[in-house]
Amino acid sequence: MLLKNSALRWGGLLTSVLLLLFFMCASIIFGYTETTLRTAIDAFTHYNGSNEHIIIQTVRLPRALIAAAVGASLAISGVLMQTLTKNPLASPGIFGINAGAGFVVVAAITLFSVSSLQAFSGLAFLGAAIAALSVYAIGSVGREGLTPMKLTLAGAAIAAMFSSFTQGLLVINEAALEQVLFWLAGSVSGRKLETLVSVLPYLGIGWISSILIAGKMNILSMGEDVAKGLGLKTGLVKICVGVIVILLAGGAVSVAGPIGFVGIVIPHITRSIIGIDHRWVIPLSGILGAILLVAADISARYVLMPSEVPVGVMTAIIGTPFFIYIARKGFNAR
Amino acid sequence: MSKYKSIRFINGKISFLLDRKAALTFFALFLVAFTLFVVSTAIGEMKINPLTVLKVFAGSGPEMETLIITSFRLPRIIIALIVGISLAVAGGILQGMIRNPLASPDVLGITGGASVAVVAFLALFSDESNALTVSINWLPLAAFLGAGVVAFLVYFLAWKNGVSPIRLVLIGIGISTLMQALTTLMMIMGPIYQASQANIWITGTVYGSNWNNVVTLLPWAVVFLIIAFAAARTINIQELGDEVATGLGSKIQRQRFFLLMISTALIGGSVAFAGGIGFVGLMAPHMARRLVGSSFGALLPAAALIGGILVMLADLIGRTLFSPLEIPAGVFTAGIGAPYFIYLLFKTRNA
Repeated sequence: MLLKNSALRWGGLLTSVLLLLFFMCASIIFGYTETTLRTAIDAFTHYNGSNEHIIIQTVRLPRALIAAAVGASLAISGVLMQTLTKNPLASPGIFGINAGAGFVVVAAITLFSVSSLQAFSGLAFLGAAIAALSVYAIGSVGREGLTPMKLTLAGAAIAAMFSSFTQGLLVINEAALEQVLFWLAGSVSGRKLETLVSVLPYLGIGWISSILIAGKMNILSMGEDVAKGLGLKTGLVKICVGVIVILLAGGAVSVAGPIGFVGIVIPHITRSIIGIDHRWVIPLSGILGAILLVAADISARYVLMPSEVPVGVMTAIIGTPFFIYIARKGFNAR
Repeated sequence: MSKYKSIRFINGKISFLLDRKAALTFFALFLVAFTLFVVSTAIGEMKINPLTVLKVFAGSGPEMETLIITSFRLPRIIIALIVGISLAVAGGILQGMIRNPLASPDVLGITGGASVAVVAFLALFSDESNALTVSINWLPLAAFLGAGVVAFLVYFLAWKNGVSPIRLVLIGIGISTLMQALTTLMMIMGPIYQASQANIWITGTVYGSNWNNVVTLLPWAVVFLIIAFAAARTINIQELGDEVATGLGSKIQRQRFFLLMISTALIGGSVAFAGGIGFVGLMAPHMARRLVGSSFGALLPAAALIGGILVMLADLIGRTLFSPLEIPAGVFTAGIGAPYFIYLLFKTRNA
């Protein structure tokens, strides 16, 4: 733990917000078409319809906002999943969310030749919700209700099943592979602001309720028996957490496709900075997740200029060294 | 009748307890595996009577059938069987060693390392017209090297006064995501033809196996499987946690390195010839645990048979159901395995 008292933690939170703003500005300014901060500000105050202004308003701004929103949602749902399953390896993917979304999108492309990004968005959310609900249902059978072990195993099985069906469809249909490879790696480019606006209510509800439920998560993390003894309605809390994860991770995958790694790594990094209190971990991991994804998106433009690399690839390349450093330094593994 | 039967050799110098129920389950699984082996040899483009298949095994079948079975079907089915067994045993060892139900060959990045090596191999040794400039027979070697290098990299990075399971697996996840990212990057940069070839490999297939593959893989797998079964008892102790295991006199770091090496060898061998067949390493041990309990002496052999059955069945379905189209076995391992696993989960829901 780096920040030991409240004052330091508020400071850390503020610093990370400033850092996020800095990266978002950078995301708006830098890219194939070079612009300056001056032009960026003008684009909003004195819009003159020039190329730069159009790019900033319709391409760069949505992109920065989407990257930040998706990164934050993935990181927060990762924290919730790791506490819910009591497994440090868990991520929203364990709920089958990415696999379900990927399967429905690939099935729509190969079987019904759907090809618009807008349509992918709704389908991905649908797939994510179906997969997550079935995992939740299978994980809850039996006398004890939802146990971390059953949830984890059911999730792993469902996720494996969906992703193998996806692989199967792609092996049969090579043309679809070309079309969907970029989506499957996760990307925030080419999305319109409307895509974000349409899922923003879900994400917003998810963010707010995850902060509201943070205190209860602290109790839940002490274990089922202790939590019950302290008077927590564990069944109800688990259902709420499940719904929040579906809203956040489902919304994220529907906007940007399956982006791995953020949901698993950011919670660990955050805990090594600010401790294990969920009331701090949840907001900070949201901001750090947003920073990682925005930074990854900026670098994705430069690696293979002028073409782009999927942002999911860059999160791994940027995040891994950092993650390994933290894992070696030792952190509160839980 | 007691649950166990004790067995002693050489005046009690070698002794162990045999779990009666586990032995029975093991026997049943063995029968299923054998039947599947025969049926799988019998079905294909040309249907052969199972009795004829048995005759061919005995060396007295008709010439035409003998040719088809020995030169086309057998090597492929044997590879599927070995690969399934190896992956399941390796997965079981990793889960016991890391004490996490989500541990599997993919999680430690070992399969991922092999994928990167294969995609790099396809990209580096292709000329303008997408023809390979070196023989495709080198591909298994590339995959094996990739798996080995990544396993050692993960172990090396996780080392800090010894290797703790959680550090090992977290660093494994980091490295494995990095490997996936590199694989995707290379697939996107290269021509689409290569991407789809690589995609088939990543899904995992035993298509086109020949006797040379069998002769290379079989001794390797058998040696390491025997070592794995002999090492099973050390995993039982490791599962109790580091403190207890050390207190019981277990040389925990040495055993951990040893176990990791065994599983890497098994995984490396099977990804080299069958690609990244998923699910088996993750789920076969869980299925075995729900059938025979969690003592590794019974769990590993049962998991091995389940793994073998899964891959053989997946390959059988892949080559017959959509004939003449070939679907890679890796697609169906999860397709048939997951529903069965969910059924098991449901059946033992109150356990």
